[in-house]
Amino acid sequence: MIEGILIGLETAFSLKNLIMVMIGCFAGTIIGMLPGLGPMTAIALMIPITYGFEPSTGLILMAGVYYGAVFGGSTSSILINAPGIPGTVATSFDGYPMAQQGKAGKALAIAAYSSFAGGTIAAIFLLIAAPSLSKVSLAFRSPDYFGLMILGLTAVSAFSAKGHFLKAMMMVVLGLMLASVGQDTLSDIPRFTFQNMNLSDGISFVLVVMATFAMSEALTIIFKANDPTRIAKQISLSQLGSIKLDKLETKKMITTIPRSSVLGFIIGVLPGAGSTIASFLAYGMERNFVNDEEKQKFGKGSVNGLAAPETANNAACSGSFVPLLTLGIPGSGTTAVMLGALLGFGIQPGPRLYQTNPEIFWSVIMSMYIGMVILLILNLPLIPYIARVLATPRTFLIPLILFFSVTGIYLMSFNNFDIYMMIGIAVVATILRLYDFPMPPLILAFVLGGLMEENLRRSLLISDGSWNFLWDRPLTLTIMCIIAIIVFWQIFKSFKHKIN
Amino acid sequence: MKISPSKIISLLFFIFSGFYLHTAHQIQVFTFDENAAFNAKTFPIYLGYAGLIFSALYIILPETRPSNVNLKVLDYKKTITLVILMVLYGLTILRVGYFLSTSIFLVLSYVVLGERKWLWIFLLSFPFVAIFMYLLHGLLNIYLRDPFLQYIGVMG
Repeated sequence: MIEGILIGLETAFSLKNLIMVMIGCFAGTIIGMLPGLGPMTAIALMIPITYGFEPSTGLILMAGVYYGAVFGGSTSSILINAPGIPGTVATSFDGYPMAQQGKAGKALAIAAYSSFAGGTIAAIFLLIAAPSLSKVSLAFRSPDYFGLMILGLTAVSAFSAKGHFLKAMMMVVLGLMLASVGQDTLSDIPRFTFQNMNLSDGISFVLVVMATFAMSEALTIIFKANDPTRIAKQISLSQLGSIKLDKLETKKMITTIPRSSVLGFIIGVLPGAGSTIASFLAYGMERNFVNDEEKQKFGKGSVNGLAAPETANNAACSGSFVPLLTLGIPGSGTTAVMLGALLGFGIQPGPRLYQTNPEIFWSVIMSMYIGMVILLILNLPLIPYIARVLATPRTFLIPLILFFSVTGIYLMSFNNFDIYMMIGIAVVATILRLYDFPMPPLILAFVLGGLMEENLRRSLLISDGSWNFLWDRPLTLTIMCIIAIIVFWQIFKSFKHKIN
Repeated sequence: MKISPSKIISLLFFIFSGFYLHTAHQIQVFTFDENAAFNAKTFPIYLGYAGLIFSALYIILPETRPSNVNLKVLDYKKTITLVILMVLYGLTILRVGYFLSTSIFLVLSYVVLGERKWLWIFLLSFPFVAIFMYLLHGLLNIYLRDPFLQYIGVMG
């Protein structure tokens, strides 16, 4: 193993590869900041460019692009509440409020440090346990995945808005309903399309996320422009703040990062789970770990609330390489594109890769890590300049956010129908937000809808239509018990609050 | 009796869930799939019932934390104008082209929001969109349909 690591290091540290990783990080950050263009698109765009390179150089460039795009996505989440990819939605919960309080620089720095730390810890796990962890990922069955998804949705509803659990659950159902639009994945039967061809492929994630986050946020700012509390908030937007963290903030991050890294990595290893569930679960877990005073800050600019999903997100990115490299199973869309690139280089990932091509295996892992180091070195000095986006006057910033949102969806579909649907969803979301109906549960439900139905389908077919699968296996039973505890705790808290 | 807006929204969601459930029952599945443990309409039917249950619970149970919104301070005029501008932007983006429709949308939005620095309004519309288009179309090779630029011969 040591020999393999040394070969990987030697390859990754050559001058040519270092330059490639720098270019990759920079290009990835820019692409990731653009709406609708996440890591998956960024890597896909790089594939034709890398075909002329040696496999290791090409992979190193893509690793840089990957991490750069993830960081770019976090940047737009924090600065303009526009998460370009599902994995950075949870980042906006506390990142955006922090930026609104005039701490945009600090929020970006926390995101950069957390991403780096999460990636580093996950890379160490990857080095030590990659081959053996592949067996763990195979232990999870459809009922467990189904349970895990309900757990994620219940957890996000429980913490998303205090005292609004039922509102959050309605948003979960609405998100799942939106996800059910389009052709059924197995039978191709159209559902809720009303004979409209534009709906046959379903509603795209970028459309829903841009409408419910970026666009509705922009409309809310204009809608509440005369609200005295809102005016006070706008004044603080022009302040960028320092990127330096004080002792207390560093201490908070030190406690958050290890547990979120472990959780993120484990979730990332499970095929199909990915960085989205990891970041949401890490956010929920962190909220339960912190004291009551810090708990109150969640959703309003908590350091723990920002560090947890950012750490877990990056740890899950590294974790998702375990099933890819050891089993040849891409666990996410991004790793699926990566698999395509590896196959293009003539490399077949799978159980034999570790034995037959150790230099490739270790080069990929090392290049991923070096990508993260370069990203941190490159982006930290740039943070004050990136954060200046917020200093743009509201009269310019709002139209630009609306323009980015419309462009994001236009680039994906090139039709007017999606633009109208996005405007419609944004208007509804603006009204819902006004009355404290939280949007994060809707987004998570929308992202997980397809996977949830798929796993429920498998579970019910295997158990011949019986719901016994929910308690047949100890792992599923444990997950269901945690869900029951969260639900009853929320109901109990509501009644307790009412009695008081 | 005064009903809170959140309860009215929940009532609308209840009606929507009822409609969704009705539509879910209308989904045509294959004959051999009719009595299967799971078919294309199973999950939507569960969702319809879940929507009915949660919205009914919210309507029936007392509100623990009612949302207080001061409707008098909301700026309806600017918000509705921006929404109309976006609809018009969507309407013209394919017919007129990306460059012109985006630039005009940006100029009008800046003006609607009260901006009067004309140099900045110009710089952050036409040249800004041109650079953005070059980034997408020229560098990233993402095709952008633009009949106007094709007509004047700027784009091939």
